[in-house]
Amino acid sequence: MENSNDHALIVSNLSVKLQNQMILDNISFELKKGTALAIVGPNGAGKTVLFKALLNLLPHEGRIEWQPKVKIGYVPQNISVSDIPISVKEFLSFRNGLDVEAHLSPVKLNDKDVLNKNLGVLSGGQLRRVLIAWALVDNPNVLLFDEPTTGVDLDSEEPIYRMLNELKMKEKITILLITHDIHIVREYSDYLLALNKCVTFFGESKEIMNSSVQKIIYGETVCAGTQP
Amino acid sequence: MILTIETLAFSLVTGIFVGISAGYLGSLMVLEKMALVGDALSHVALPGLAIGLSLHLSYPFLGAFVFLFAAAVIIWHLGRVTRLSFESIVGAVFTLALAIGILIIPEAELLEALFGDITRVTLLDAVIAAVISVVAVSLTKIIYKKLVLGMISEELAISKGINIARTNLLYLLLVSVIVAIGIKIVGTLLVGFLVIVPAAAAKNLSSDLFRYSILSAVFGAISSFSGVLLSSYLGLPSGPLVVISGITVFAATVLARWKAK
Repeated sequence: MENSNDHALIVSNLSVKLQNQMILDNISFELKKGTALAIVGPNGAGKTVLFKALLNLLPHEGRIEWQPKVKIGYVPQNISVSDIPISVKEFLSFRNGLDVEAHLSPVKLNDKDVLNKNLGVLSGGQLRRVLIAWALVDNPNVLLFDEPTTGVDLDSEEPIYRMLNELKMKEKITILLITHDIHIVREYSDYLLALNKCVTFFGESKEIMNSSVQKIIYGETVCAGTQP
Repeated sequence: MILTIETLAFSLVTGIFVGISAGYLGSLMVLEKMALVGDALSHVALPGLAIGLSLHLSYPFLGAFVFLFAAAVIIWHLGRVTRLSFESIVGAVFTLALAIGILIIPEAELLEALFGDITRVTLLDAVIAAVISVVAVSLTKIIYKKLVLGMISEELAISKGINIARTNLLYLLLVSVIVAIGIKIVGTLLVGFLVIVPAAAAKNLSSDLFRYSILSAVFGAISSFSGVLLSSYLGLPSGPLVVISGITVFAATVLARWKAK
């Protein structure tokens, strides 16, 4: 193991069992600070469960070691806002002492009118940006995104990933994102973790263009070693 | 119905405070899609009230308090340990409570318990209603954002260190208290109305939380104030008249929303 000071996260032998079913089995991987990890896998592979375990929202076995003084920003896949009369400003001000407007420019939501809009009437792209602004409030050093472009039209997807990439470069934030998109993995992440209850592949993201790697990821489940 | 000026004043004060607090707390109930819980809790008060009357307690509503607290805890606990929806648990608990209540409450007191009676509201009732309402609204204001965040995303709330289960329990207990003090004015059968309809009316006119919660409280106060006033004027039970006043407000908001479109 390398000097753990270089690492944002070290996961060793992580297992999660829910209602007597093994959801994650013996997961191990490491992630360096300031890098982006894409997590892929079929539905039910345990991707969201992995996030919940990393956030300590679920009981688990094994070790999860975050960098010292870690501050995690989290953007969940789904939120329910359609039925709640809440403005963007109110939502963002749930975080204590927040200068709401100051947190809109990093996510490129420069239209100030958006602050007074109901959260439920925002477009998919706007809502994602508001959620990212929410996650960035504490100046986190790690960001977890569960499918950051869910509900976003194709034209708005790329700018969101570009924005995440800029945040990673400028603020040296470590990013973990769940995605289904090979193009996103290749363009916007440094490492790739393929899950199907166990780790089926862990390595550099550029490997995803390799057909044998694609076979591992999208073919039959064969648990792999964890070193890139 | 003979009503002195003092009794009317006490009823109006009680009505205003109950209306404000029920409307404000109910605004969360409606968002949580737990409107039925507020209604059901009110029915749970009936057997407690009956026992209080049978034991000749000087303040029989204490019996209602105890039953409401117990029901809130049971519903909360069952909601956590079973995979049943809140609505199913509440449906079972409230019909059982209503059945027991009707069986054991003295017949002479049944109508008052079911539909409210403002002729017996005392200064003590008004003071208790005012104090409890202020405390309940203040505590709810503290947990309001936490509860809303939990509705938006449980994971977001937990990841921010919010204990959702504990916050929900506190909220349910506060609703129980408000329902108990509302019984005097509106009765056990209809007090759930004050938790649901003012908030539903406010939702018709709100796009942000601040406006929504304030309007819920205002509509609650208007409903119970005008219901009590009508009750004293017409000599009819206050509960149904509070409901009719509140429904009028609700209809007006539906109309306003429809016109605004």
